Amino acid sequence: MNHHPAAWGRPLPASASFDMYNPQFSAPKAAPAHQMPVAHTQQPLVTGTSVLGIKFDGGVMLAADNLASYGSLARFKDIERLHPLGPHTVIAAAGDMSDFQWLKKELNAILREEQALSLTDSHPSLSPSNIYDFLANLFYARRSKMNPVWNAVLVGGWDRVKAETFLGYVDLLGTTYSAPTLATGFGAHIAQPLLREAFEAKAGTDGKGPLMTQQEATAVLDDCMKVLFYRDARSMNKYQIATVTKDGVVISDSKSSETQWGFAEDLRGYGAQTQ
Amino acid sequence: MALYAEHPASAHDAHAAGPTQHAFNPYSDNGGTILAIAGKDFSVIAGDTRQSEGYSIQTRYARKVWQLTDNAVLATNGFAADGKNFVKRVKQRLEWYQHAHHKQMPLRAIARMIQTMLYGRRFFPYYVYNILGGIEEDGSGAVYSFDPVGSYEREACRAAGAAQSLVQPFLDNQVSVGILLHFSSHRHPSICSFVPSASLRKHTIVTNDRQFPPRHDNSTRYLGVFAMEALSLALTPQIYFKNQVPEPGAAPFIPGNLPLSTVLGLVVDSFTSATERHIEVGDGLEVFVVMNKGRTTDDLLGEGQLAEGMEIEELGALGDGGERTFLVKRALKRD
Repeated sequence: MNHHPAAWGRPLPASASFDMYNPQFSAPKAAPAHQMPVAHTQQPLVTGTSVLGIKFDGGVMLAADNLASYGSLARFKDIERLHPLGPHTVIAAAGDMSDFQWLKKELNAILREEQALSLTDSHPSLSPSNIYDFLANLFYARRSKMNPVWNAVLVGGWDRVKAETFLGYVDLLGTTYSAPTLATGFGAHIAQPLLREAFEAKAGTDGKGPLMTQQEATAVLDDCMKVLFYRDARSMNKYQIATVTKDGVVISDSKSSETQWGFAEDLRGYGAQTQ
Repeated sequence: MALYAEHPASAHDAHAAGPTQHAFNPYSDNGGTILAIAGKDFSVIAGDTRQSEGYSIQTRYARKVWQLTDNAVLATNGFAADGKNFVKRVKQRLEWYQHAHHKQMPLRAIARMIQTMLYGRRFFPYYVYNILGGIEEDGSGAVYSFDPVGSYEREACRAAGAAQSLVQPFLDNQVSVGILLHFSSHRHPSICSFVPSASLRKHTIVTNDRQFPPRHDNSTRYLGVFAMEALSLALTPQIYFKNQVPEPGAAPFIPGNLPLSTVLGLVVDSFTSATERHIEVGDGLEVFVVMNKGRTTDDLLGEGQLAEGMEIEELGALGDGGERTFLVKRALKRD
């Protein structure tokens, strides 16, 4: 019998019954496990729409708008879907926002622990690819338990050891891939062709030419976010851009695109007009 | 079928069945195609580099062929996440084997291990078609192909994935005809390259009771019928030369005996053609060539052996097996 005070456990509340023969199992329980269903995410509820990513000369950028939708309702209009992780990594999430909040909490805990280790030891900091591999393993393990983390996540970063940019995708199935330009969801259809066109205009189809500048990358992302706002009914004209270079992470303030709706006056054939 | 002539009573009772649940589908299909061909003392394992989902190209470069040991290369195709994680586990098991036995696992043992690993997930399978290529302990080139739950066999050649139905019939036809040409070339070097495959088949396909083509009729209708019949005989079994006998006095057919240059040509043609006709194939081609130790590399590294636009590098040795592995890369069309 272990008499150490650490093994005493917490005192029983009045509601708990004491099991004389199995005292270690006497902790209070809400309900027997077999009566409660196991809760898994079956569908996303409060969702963020597409996120974009592009590499440029000396860094990588991610873009996401500030909307979290509840179905077709524009429910939360000040949500940050770009999240920095340490000095040289940013993640951007589409999909279920509560799963994303949980994910941020988990990752922050890991980074806090890593930072604590680095204070007392020559402990190398987590590189973007370390964080990406962790996410890929987490997402794949959760899908294999039929309990997916309902997100598509872009990881952008600067690898200090290799002195190169990083951009990767991982989703709720555990599917992973990398490319110089990435987009999730609706953005994969609408924005990815524009991003690829802009990237290949300078770098060439083999990607070996010069990369676009930071200004050019910002311009193409602004353009893509505008097109997405015009065409994606789950988007909002308020978005942020995260930039990672060797100097660290900068997440911009929210901004809006200039939009033109004058043409809507002249649309005929559907809607409220009779003529 | 007979278990429930009707659904069990509970299925009709909404309360007993509970609310309707939309099941999460843990699988996806990421397209692409892989291919491996065995030679006498080498093996070639290839795959394209496009990864797609539906009509979207996710990336133009995702590797799906992996060097495992000095004498083994594994190609995976199907659900990319399963493929990556399966390869990771295979590599881990191979590392444990190396630590336990101080040698690399032989190819046939890797093949059996892959079977048990796949079958171990029989009731939640890795949605992956695997093709393992390399050099056996006896020095011969080998190809093993697997289904997602572990059924496997050693073969002379195998294609899998999105364009399997385009590539495999081509190889069943061409690899065998190529072997005939190869054998012919040793005996009649002057005429071999001009022998059309149809006439070759005409003289060589002999069934138990009939000779093709029949002598009695040469109308187009009959030619069509018998061409079909000859073709059906010539398909799958032709790798193993079933229903065929060599010309009188000729050497017996041995599957998997093509020269390396012919095999590389077939691989490139297979993928360029599959790229033309299948939307999920393209972007890039990676061909791994595993060579038996001591074998000449002139037919791969020699001047003018590789067509323009192909790059080659030798992959460093992982152990001291002595086999050499080369990676040949080539662009494929991106549309």
